[in-house]
Amino acid sequence: MNEPDAYALEEALRLREKHGGEVVVCSAGPARVQQVIREALARGADRAIHVEDDGLAAADAFAIAEALAAAMAGESFDLVLTGLQSDDQGHAQTGVVLAERLDIPHSTIIMDVQIADRTMRVKRELEGGWFQWIEMPLPALLTIQSGINQLRYATLKGIMAAKKKEIKKVPSPQATRALEIVTLALPTKSKQTQMIAGSAAEAARELVRRLREEARAL
Amino acid sequence: VILVIAEQRDGKLNRAKWETIAAAQQLTSGGMPIKVVVLGPSGGVPQELASADVAEILTADHPALAAYTPDAYTMAVQGIVASASPQPEYVLLPHTYQTRDFAPRLAARMRRAIITDATAVNGMIGSATFTRPMFQGKLAAEVKPTGEAPWFVTFQIGAFRADAVKKGSGAPVTAVPVSIDESRIRQKPEAPFQEAKQAVDLSQAERIVAVGRGIKSQENLPVAEKLAKAMGAELAASRPICDSGWLPMERQIGSSGQTVAPKLYVALGISGAIQHLVGMKGARTIVAINKDADAPIFEVADYGIVGDIFEIAPAIVTELEKA
Repeated sequence: MNEPDAYALEEALRLREKHGGEVVVCSAGPARVQQVIREALARGADRAIHVEDDGLAAADAFAIAEALAAAMAGESFDLVLTGLQSDDQGHAQTGVVLAERLDIPHSTIIMDVQIADRTMRVKRELEGGWFQWIEMPLPALLTIQSGINQLRYATLKGIMAAKKKEIKKVPSPQATRALEIVTLALPTKSKQTQMIAGSAAEAARELVRRLREEARAL
Repeated sequence: VILVIAEQRDGKLNRAKWETIAAAQQLTSGGMPIKVVVLGPSGGVPQELASADVAEILTADHPALAAYTPDAYTMAVQGIVASASPQPEYVLLPHTYQTRDFAPRLAARMRRAIITDATAVNGMIGSATFTRPMFQGKLAAEVKPTGEAPWFVTFQIGAFRADAVKKGSGAPVTAVPVSIDESRIRQKPEAPFQEAKQAVDLSQAERIVAVGRGIKSQENLPVAEKLAKAMGAELAASRPICDSGWLPMERQIGSSGQTVAPKLYVALGISGAIQHLVGMKGARTIVAINKDADAPIFEVADYGIVGDIFEIAPAIVTELEKA
């Protein structure tokens, strides 16, 4: 499971424990995504929606958000949580674009969620150690910052229960591609890195020598 | 026309906006005028920006822009982009938390492509591609926006140099009208605050030893503390360490913590996620020690050792104590 999404799922499970309701896990991707969906169900989600399409494996954030929005349209969810970005493409767009497609308000990089009736207060992280509380109505979408909570892991009981939970499969809408990947390569180095080999003692001696004589940093 | 959306808070300049202007100047290479948009109450910011070699500074003020909300910013920038004449080819922004909060929504509403976290511009205007990290910096993708202009691009902090901005002879400052339907602003923001008093100012430290996930547990922290002491360095950490409560938040380096530029930065067991790199890549000398030879931290390091931090850090302490 994408790490930031794991925190979003955990937050959803905690909100359910506090306020009741149902946690539905939604994912868009090829058949192998089911493994991640099962894991989410094992951790405690009630049911799942899978937009299954091989073409979504390398899709950009717009295509994923559109596929999710189409699948979620009939559900009238009160709150949609996503991770703040993915570990692979890392666009940090999917959640925000999904909010626009669902026509609901959003806020990003959230560190605390407090729900009261039809409104909520969320703690948004700003840069450089600053935070801000924001009040907004439900339904809404939040992108969740990693570290907001302590993750739980699936229990054997949870894994067994997950086998009986529903995974609804829905087709993917026609994807509109917004980005074209021209090349994918190892990053070019901005610096010439001097790698120091040898045993721990040898490497340490050589590093200290270079830090003193070349870099004059010690 | 290339539009640059400048970020400012309380009339104070943010280094990132100069970087975005530098990116715009490289993209156009003089072939297309650059206009810089300043949103909200801007104080002396427009005059300061007018020193750059750009065609025009546009100020867009409205009571609803005083405190940032994604709904108001999306509406305001959409109006400015749509009414710009001629239509802009590119809209460039710094990849800050604020941009991340509204720019994808704006691009989605306008149904235009957006490339986020770009680190480089390749080629000529119109057919330009942009380099951006994938797999947390382990790969670099060269991407091209498709569909109709304008294309939105956000630039990683530190990817362009603020001091590379070409100065001009004083750009004119023009106020542009803003239309915002205030009934459609759904977020009510409160005043920003800081959680902990910043007792430690890492930005002033000469040397820093920073630990990441590679330290494995809080009980292992003395390994890093001893190295910091032997080097005369302050101890710092990447985000996961502070999230776990092993070190206080005020010792966190990165986009959500402090930005530092010490003489020496030693990264112990830090993989080098982008969010960490933006906080430390300005250090004069960077040492990376990590067991994963493919860790992105080695991309920015001057000296690298692939190996076990629990063997190497004590060996460095021993070496330093010899002299």
